[in-house]
Amino acid sequence: MMLTPTESAQALALPLFLEMVPCGFPPPAQDYVEKELDLNEYCIRHRSATYYLRAHGDSMRDGFLFNGDLLVVDSAMKPEHGDIVVAGMGAEFTVKRLQTRPKLCLQPMNPAFPPIYPDPDELQIFGVVTHIIHRTREVIKFLD
Amino acid sequence: MFGLADVNSFYASCEKVFRPDLKGWPVVVLSNNDGCCIARSPEAKRLGIKKGDPWFKIREQTFAEKIHVFSSNYELYASMSNRVMSCLEEMAPRVEQYSIDEMFLDLRGLETAISYETFGAQLRAHVQTCTRRTIGVGMGPTKTLAKSAQWASKEWPAFRGVLALTPGNPARTEKLLSLQPVQELWGVGSRIARTLNTMGITTALQLARTNPAFIRKNFSVVLERTVRELNGESCIPLEEAPPAKQQIVCSRVFGERIVTLEDMRQAVCQYAERAAEKLRGERQYCRHISVFIKTSPYSASEPYYGNVAVEKLLTATQDTRDIIAAAMRGLEPIWRGGHRYAKAGIMLNDFTATGLAQLNLFDEQPPRPHSQELMNVLDGINQSGLGQVWFAGRGIAPQWKMKREMLSPAYTTRLKEIPLARIG
Repeated sequence: MMLTPTESAQALALPLFLEMVPCGFPPPAQDYVEKELDLNEYCIRHRSATYYLRAHGDSMRDGFLFNGDLLVVDSAMKPEHGDIVVAGMGAEFTVKRLQTRPKLCLQPMNPAFPPIYPDPDELQIFGVVTHIIHRTREVIKFLD
Repeated sequence: MFGLADVNSFYASCEKVFRPDLKGWPVVVLSNNDGCCIARSPEAKRLGIKKGDPWFKIREQTFAEKIHVFSSNYELYASMSNRVMSCLEEMAPRVEQYSIDEMFLDLRGLETAISYETFGAQLRAHVQTCTRRTIGVGMGPTKTLAKSAQWASKEWPAFRGVLALTPGNPARTEKLLSLQPVQELWGVGSRIARTLNTMGITTALQLARTNPAFIRKNFSVVLERTVRELNGESCIPLEEAPPAKQQIVCSRVFGERIVTLEDMRQAVCQYAERAAEKLRGERQYCRHISVFIKTSPYSASEPYYGNVAVEKLLTATQDTRDIIAAAMRGLEPIWRGGHRYAKAGIMLNDFTATGLAQLNLFDEQPPRPHSQELMNVLDGINQSGLGQVWFAGRGIAPQWKMKREMLSPAYTTRLKEIPLARIG
């Protein structure tokens, strides 16, 4: 038997109405407020294993990953063939597409950069990139 | 049954998470002001660096490998600790955080579903996947025995970091306690251990077999409880909500010695602010405020001077202004010029849960109007992470602040310091 943890629900900010409540006709908008959205709920599956990293460079533009993007990285997720991953390279982290077949490879997503063939015993994968957050103005400038 | 989970080489491992190049290298973390070594990675332990070794000594030695040294980054450690703790909470029904890297777990009823060893191994695997941290797990019918099991799981690698002492296997508990030196027991300090040793009690088992009444008479109720716990009688329950503090201390060793009264006022003012904030965090009011200053007791060339001033208020307060004022009144008479001060601090005592008190006709310090509202605003701003306000008394750019020359970034808590990932 294996005990598995449940995904714990995150605390959500609920709106509190500070204005007076009239004891007559109810304010018409009140019924439409259900709850406030929490971006964490959308982006984060394993809260204790999720980190933010800042992307720096140009080798992933065909994967819509640009310089200055904020990466949401889940280090508890098992990396699979085709995932965009963060791997340790020397003193730094690098972001590449993981290929496990036919040969272990960290593949850039920009033809101007060469693929990296790491030693399978040496490769340290920090986590899987689950979401990429662009700053729209910067990306537009970059694409223009 | 209780469990105790603790993270191996916690501070040192935090420094390694975002530095892939440090894998396999010795890492050392220094105490406040870069004083001495407080944490070592397994590689640093192998090189013979001891806990408490002063930094200047480590710096001058030559080692077989390069040692990577960090100032203590409590912001990072607290954030990583929270991750480990929430991971453990996902698997244990009730928990009590005991320290930054240790958590007590309530494991009652677990054995009907799964064996303790299997659960321990799953707990380890779960924390490993989520946080890449290795934990040790000790289990026992009392907190003290869980601690002993956890100590043994580290001492003997054959246990693979998981050991359960169950009432069904008393021989195993006895064997372990006969091998555990009494000073390694939870709740036994080094001073008590020395006294016990002179009485011929050197192992945990010998202490367990001593008459509890004799221990209470010669030592304390606390040590008597340890004896009972060693015999499987649970006396220390799981505390899900930590008990209210009875004392708050804020003190620091200065990065550079303080020689002027003005600098000392600023330092004491800052500690008073911090202490008052903590006091409000505990929802307490205090009446007793003491301030202490001292020179370094280790300096051979200078005479030692240390002194403490105590102020007792008639009305309990939690207002920063009252606490700063009392601290300043206390500081004046104990200040002696001509010394190079190494340390100062504030201590708050005599707590009450409400500020309500019978007002004294002769009280020179009536409660300030709107004190609570002002303090709420102050704490709200300072805890929002958006900005900081402070009392001008602590100065603008203090020289004496902590020395942290080898501080790593706050990788997980400040957007400006999150790690970079290269795509080029």
